[in-house]
Amino acid sequence: MNFFKIYALGLRHLYLIMNSFPRVLDLIYWPTVQIFLWGFISKFFTLNSVYYSNTVGVILTAAILYDFLFRASISFNMMFLEEIWSRNFTNLFIAPIRIREIIAALTFTAILRTLIGLVPAVLIAIPLFGVSVLKLGLPLIFLLLALYLFGVTLGLLVTSGLLRFGPSFENIAWASLFFLAPLGCIYYPLEILPTSLQIIAKGLPLVHIFEEMRSILMNNTVNYMNIIKSISISVVYFIFGVIVFYISYFGAKKRGTLINMGE
Amino acid sequence: MFIEINNLTKNYGKYTAVNKINFAIDKNKTIGLLGPNGCGKTTTIGMMLGLVTPSEGEITIENKNINTFRRDEILKRFNFASPYVELPKKLTVKQNLEIYGRLYGVKELRKRIEEISIDLDIKNFFNRKTGELSSGQKNRVSLAKSLINKPEILLLDEPTASLDPDIGDFIRSYIQEYKSKNKITILLASHNMNEVERLCDSIIMMKKGRIIDVGTCGELIKKHGRSNLEETFLKLARSKDEFF
Repeated sequence: MNFFKIYALGLRHLYLIMNSFPRVLDLIYWPTVQIFLWGFISKFFTLNSVYYSNTVGVILTAAILYDFLFRASISFNMMFLEEIWSRNFTNLFIAPIRIREIIAALTFTAILRTLIGLVPAVLIAIPLFGVSVLKLGLPLIFLLLALYLFGVTLGLLVTSGLLRFGPSFENIAWASLFFLAPLGCIYYPLEILPTSLQIIAKGLPLVHIFEEMRSILMNNTVNYMNIIKSISISVVYFIFGVIVFYISYFGAKKRGTLINMGE
Repeated sequence: MFIEINNLTKNYGKYTAVNKINFAIDKNKTIGLLGPNGCGKTTTIGMMLGLVTPSEGEITIENKNINTFRRDEILKRFNFASPYVELPKKLTVKQNLEIYGRLYGVKELRKRIEEISIDLDIKNFFNRKTGELSSGQKNRVSLAKSLINKPEILLLDEPTASLDPDIGDFIRSYIQEYKSKNKITILLASHNMNEVERLCDSIIMMKKGRIIDVGTCGELIKKHGRSNLEETFLKLARSKDEFF
């Protein structure tokens, strides 16, 4: 791995953000709207639900963590799409940068885009709704790590689709996370799902992450086995995502779709 | 020979884009790749750049198969420019050159950017976004990017397409001047016969994925009994025969 090249590619996306104030605004706007919306819903449920009574901010914390996952995945996809939209694809793929370095650059830069969007929203939630994700304590770091790896994995799978099917796969980029959200048990416990779906859901890291988050906030107990499980599952998916990306890349080379890929 | 293309073939299903082509390029020579649209020029360039996997055949550089090199090791010796491939539109000219300079691992990057921007006369729009530039300005920036790493091998795909005669001439003159001052091997795909005559040491004529003739400009004109390269191109493009 050449970190100078990873930095160079990261810098390309950083310049893109820095050059456009509307782009920064767009990054911040959607997470903030989400926090407002779920903040009020959370407040309502806290006052009117037995399940959520005395556990202020469980829903809002879930919304923040889900948004983190969503932003990580979308950021990864967006950076790849930017290369297609700007017709820079060929230049990128003939540059002396290895595929693993491209993946690393997108992975590291996605965190920056995610944080630019989410940090202001998270800070707003503290005075406005009295909710801070920091209440999760040290496990928060591990939960975010698991979420981030899974978000990037979804990004890798979507970008693999873009390599395989071209820009027409773009719509899938936006829909990818909504497809998994019902199985992720973000706002409700696993038991709500039908038994057959519970089996599938347990194969996703999301269930373990959000179950653990609820456990910490509602019961004040930390189950590190659950956290290890969620990270392990995310790592397996991440490796799978990288393999699929490589397969798509070699497939695209075979089909000749890397030449002149653009809008 | 510096670069050798042996039996290179690319099939897309039943369609053969490039059909068992063979040619060699000497070091520091400029070779023109001519042929009608869809004859396989871009696919050939794509295979040389590692963007397209050949179905058959091999490309060697200094007698070593290109596939035996590490991707980053081989690609840093190459570069490419085409008006059909753009640089990130929302980045300024300076930012784009900086990014690509870093990706190519250029030493003393600031000095190199300064040097090339003066040579190609792009300094006056250095801080403008690339997407806001005219075609002529974009082409010059694209050429600057393609020379940022002082490549040993430069692949140019219609570098002056859709440019007015003045800017087209500026780019051709610059390439000519750059060639005379630097050690560089160029493969130039073009439909501009004047450009090919002016820049190329020899020409490869392609048609329907095959090489139909090779030679220097003068040789081809003489061989086909025509008065200039354009007429020779038309004869070869419309003929059913192979001359090679």
